[in-house]
Amino acid sequence: MNYVIIGNSAAAVGTIAGIREFDSTGSITVISDEKYHTYSRPLISYWLQGKISDKNIMYRPADFYEKNGVTPILGKRVTKIDAENKAVVLDDGLSVPYDKLMVATGSKPFVPPMNGLDKVHYYTFMSYDSAKAIRAEAKDGMRVLIIGAGLIGLKAAEALSAYNAKITVVDMADRILPSILDVRAGVKMQKHIENQGVRFILGTSAEELSEHSAKLKNGVTVDFDMLIIAVGVRPNTELIADAGGKVDRGVITDLTQKTTLDDVYAAGDCTVSYDASSDTNKILALLPNAYMQGEVAGRNMAGREFNYVNAIPMNAIGFFGLHIITAGSYDGEEYVDEDENNYKKLVFRDNTLKGFILMGDVKRAGIYTSMIKERIDLGEVDVELMKKAPQMMMFGKARRLDKLGGISK
Amino acid sequence: MKKVYVNEDWCLACHLCEYYCAAANSGAENMIKAFKSGKNPVPRIQVEEGSEVNFAVQCRHCDGKACVKGCIAGALSVTPEGVVVCDEEKCVGCGTCVLSCPFGCIVIDEENHRIAKCDLCTKNHDGEPACVQGCPNKAIVFEER
Repeated sequence: MNYVIIGNSAAAVGTIAGIREFDSTGSITVISDEKYHTYSRPLISYWLQGKISDKNIMYRPADFYEKNGVTPILGKRVTKIDAENKAVVLDDGLSVPYDKLMVATGSKPFVPPMNGLDKVHYYTFMSYDSAKAIRAEAKDGMRVLIIGAGLIGLKAAEALSAYNAKITVVDMADRILPSILDVRAGVKMQKHIENQGVRFILGTSAEELSEHSAKLKNGVTVDFDMLIIAVGVRPNTELIADAGGKVDRGVITDLTQKTTLDDVYAAGDCTVSYDASSDTNKILALLPNAYMQGEVAGRNMAGREFNYVNAIPMNAIGFFGLHIITAGSYDGEEYVDEDENNYKKLVFRDNTLKGFILMGDVKRAGIYTSMIKERIDLGEVDVELMKKAPQMMMFGKARRLDKLGGISK
Repeated sequence: MKKVYVNEDWCLACHLCEYYCAAANSGAENMIKAFKSGKNPVPRIQVEEGSEVNFAVQCRHCDGKACVKGCIAGALSVTPEGVVVCDEEKCVGCGTCVLSCPFGCIVIDEENHRIAKCDLCTKNHDGEPACVQGCPNKAIVFEER
């Protein structure tokens, strides 16, 4: 069997693991337009901050390809999937045939049209190369304007604070991190980040950009030495769409991660997932999701039958020492507990836990995550204990002994 | 594979297992040095106390391995024997494993900006893990099931 994987991040590594569980001899080729050994994309902010080395940004050990019988083709872009002849075409004209193809192309930064954008030098923050470009230009005490107060923009702000940068973050939304936090938690986190010297200008956007300055729609002008645009990401779906596969914002797959094209699978940030906590289809651009989709796809590519189910939105992230762990959907009956340093929201619907936000104290959050994923009926747990803190004590003895026996679903 | 199991009927909630665990993983020669060095060694086992029952919880080295699969740094891995281990040099303390572990077994080591988890004392002890050796009531056992 001849496996080809487009992409070299978490979904690709998961695919390799899935294939190798059941097929130790088939050939695996990994093709990526990035020239690096597989590295961890979320770690670029830690690297930029100087917290980790070039060695530790790597997602797998140096002998990973060799040990897994993988032939990497790095620094080359796939320009076309020839689904009819079962081959992919590279930018140098080379054609690589496949029996089973994985499309793990991830996502790219979305840069909206802005007046004057063509006159300014700006950075995005999605790749090792982008982090290297920023580090090369970073100067102590520089003025940085970040457009976008989401996960990527704020991770960039945290990293650049290591350079004593004077940072301003602008966002069209009136609050930060709207994809994972509610209003109250957002306000708390905003204050925490402001206390580190970061300035926020929310509810407005850039009207006109010039070389070292942005005029905002609210009349404020922000001068900068460095501009970073981090307003969002878009899935890389072109290869599948051009080959005639179904795309609806992201690549559409079935539960086995197969696309609508024969022998072509997809996983990770380029795909649409089914969110079990809200019963809706959405793009879950999360590293764990990418890995696990890839793993399921790999097993299926190797001829087995597995379904990827129980995906939910979930994030663990922190800014300037304040942890956040969130999961699920926030539509339902709420329980909120907060003090100066901590925030907890649990969301219930259909007599189950559907979502949560923990900020500050995030200890043992995974017990809550498992309640969402396993759809455990609240009638089977001590809800008062559960509200207090995630703990195994809240389960009845039988379920607790079953769980602590070591079998997780 | 041999794992650590807890008999909740026998646990006294004395928390000695937490001290033995923290000390064994601190790199210090003995318990006194571990706790008097000015650092706060983190236990990878946690005792839950209830009104009727108590028990300790630590990594189940479970089949799901959501922590390993979700680790953004590639710091968590599984040894050939099946033990889930953390490369503390690689771990950035992001908490994705804390979010993923269905048993709440992974602890954040705030001082060192990384996580701490049970590796069955494979790095620091011979034979039985420190929590098992230190349990005065034999409520914690190390066995094949």
